Amino acid sequence: MLKQVPNLRARNFNEVALGYTAEQAQSEASRCIQCPKHSCIDGCPVEIDIPGFIKAIRDDDMPEAVRILKDKNSLPGICGRVCPQETQCEATCALAKREAPIAIGRLERYVADWERANMKSVSSPMVQPAPTGKRVAVVGSGPASLTAAADLAKLGHSVTIFEALHVAGGVLMYGIPEFRLPKDIVQGEVSYVASLGVELELDSVVGKTVTVDELLSNAYQAVFLAPGAGAPMFLNIPGENLNGIYSANEFLTRVNLMKAYMFPEYDTPVKVGKRVAVIGGGNVAMDSARCALRLGADEVYIIYRRSEVEMPARREEVENAREEGIQFKLLTNPKSCIGDESGRVRALELYEMELGEPDDSGRRRPIPKPGTEYIFEVDVVIVALGTRPNPIIPSTTKDLETTRWGTILTDEATGKTSKPGVWCGGDMATGAATVISAMGAGKRAATNIDEYLRG
Amino acid sequence: MVPDIHLFKVAAPNVAKKAQAGQFVVIRIDERGERIPLTIADWDREEGSITVVFMEVGTTTHRLALLEAGDFIADFIGPLGLPTHIEKFGTVVCVAGGFAVATIMPIARAMRIGGNRVISIMGARDKSLIFWESELRSVSDQLIVTTDDGSYARKGLVTEPLKELLEGDEKIDRVIAIGPSIMMKFCAKTTQPFGVKTIVSLNPIMVDGTGMCGCCRVSVGGVTKFACVDGPDFDGHQVDWDLLFARQRIYLDEEKRSLEQWQSQCGNRS
Repeated sequence: MLKQVPNLRARNFNEVALGYTAEQAQSEASRCIQCPKHSCIDGCPVEIDIPGFIKAIRDDDMPEAVRILKDKNSLPGICGRVCPQETQCEATCALAKREAPIAIGRLERYVADWERANMKSVSSPMVQPAPTGKRVAVVGSGPASLTAAADLAKLGHSVTIFEALHVAGGVLMYGIPEFRLPKDIVQGEVSYVASLGVELELDSVVGKTVTVDELLSNAYQAVFLAPGAGAPMFLNIPGENLNGIYSANEFLTRVNLMKAYMFPEYDTPVKVGKRVAVIGGGNVAMDSARCALRLGADEVYIIYRRSEVEMPARREEVENAREEGIQFKLLTNPKSCIGDESGRVRALELYEMELGEPDDSGRRRPIPKPGTEYIFEVDVVIVALGTRPNPIIPSTTKDLETTRWGTILTDEATGKTSKPGVWCGGDMATGAATVISAMGAGKRAATNIDEYLRG
Repeated sequence: MVPDIHLFKVAAPNVAKKAQAGQFVVIRIDERGERIPLTIADWDREEGSITVVFMEVGTTTHRLALLEAGDFIADFIGPLGLPTHIEKFGTVVCVAGGFAVATIMPIARAMRIGGNRVISIMGARDKSLIFWESELRSVSDQLIVTTDDGSYARKGLVTEPLKELLEGDEKIDRVIAIGPSIMMKFCAKTTQPFGVKTIVSLNPIMVDGTGMCGCCRVSVGGVTKFACVDGPDFDGHQVDWDLLFARQRIYLDEEKRSLEQWQSQCGNRS
């Protein structure tokens, strides 16, 4: 698949990966041996008929490919771009043992992009379902919510999404940057969900504007909670509140959602920085570093306390970042943040780490090396250490049990919570995870909510 | 209302249904606007309206000031933050600096309904900036008005009558101080030697206002808190004021640039 060349793309926010041409897609689809085991489907959290849509591409029946894909996945343009296929469907592809697996993610993206370009008036893909007269409130509008809402609407239920921010899409809008997931793709898929009859209530903070208990007593028979794990974690080291130190959530929200890269045409500013340090080794850290570079920073460093093999980010994203010129300071951890007289960060105090025995996560535990402290000058720091659940909903809902991590106690198979009529999915149930695992949770919850409403 | 200070009544029935004293809203004026917090000054649940008062400071507030009755604001989100803690304390002194007289109104009212004797102090730079005097008087047992330059009522800062009250015979059980950060800091400094619990309403920069970004982090008693979900009310004796002042100034250059660009685009109105 073609990509923008690194030295160009490092200075613009346009999409990095350019997608397959028709010939490339045909040729890749023809490599699929249509094996009888369909082991790729076992690797897909939303059980897409992968061999089916690949065969349709090979046969040049694109409308059929679209139909098969959207039967199970309402958000193919998003999944084709951000799913970690290498650990899912492509890992279980029958070809993977002998040669490169089929590039399922790229083919999925190709189908979604073909639909956007060629089926302008995307009509609802099926006959209208018989209305059940039941109403479901879906809280949040990220991947879990959009999936659950679409599935429930397809089953004939009347669905309303309540979103706290001013646009729908959740992390797909505020978190993942434009160059990895263009916002018009997200809005296109949100529109598709709306075209199924799903209503969107924006600017509506559940727990504040309206509570879960009020939703249940005001005409909603079921509530699906998928508000994300929105609260950023910090390092808890001295100087962390200095100016110029951002949570990745804040930095990415300013850049992606509020479009700070177009300041002052858009009114939200962000500090660009000359030397930027991003703390963390996940996808969010890579996204933050690559945004900082595109905003115009001279040097951007990823500071990660373990080694490259333990990095939770996708290989592809690490490679993209490295190609663009992001520098990696591995086995390194910050000890404190140092400010100037105006309260602005001017340096980090870093120290070196070495790896010990594996810890609970199975990764080798980083251990500080005494006496290795040194000063590293930076003018912007982005802390990308993950998120924890936002307490607004648990603290305002009666009889909703939480775990000791603050997530909502949820049955994984059904999405049921401890409270009758309330389901949960996505990061709020599991802690921070992937887009597709959230979509899988949305799907399972929708199935169970449907059974409950018909029961 | 008075120079550079404006009062808006906004139709927002969902917010009005839930609003309580001490809470705020986040607004975005249009597609390209910034998200900024504004304190809720009043609400009418039946009419479904929220009253906000703001001063023209940055681009958003200057642009808001140009709106006329019947115009729309793109986004109006709330009520956010924790409500002010109301209970029967005894005698409560409510201190308002500048346009925060609007913010303190619902708190003074709730304190009085809650069974407290309410003494209010309102201070402004000069006479032209005085508003809602009779409104605040109507929810207070006693009202003291000050102006910095003495052009109206008592000359001086709000901390002077506050100190006199604390030194006087009447036992003061709690102080609520709302206004510019520097004024809140000095109110807290005034009450500290007397050991009277002093609640301040912090106003750091925010983005989402729902605990998602951490832009509004403040340090209270040595612990980092998010003003949007853990506040905005905090114990004034525990607040790290220097950190708050510094964080409020993060974007001074950008704010200036943004305002200049907007003013050059729309011409200088006068």
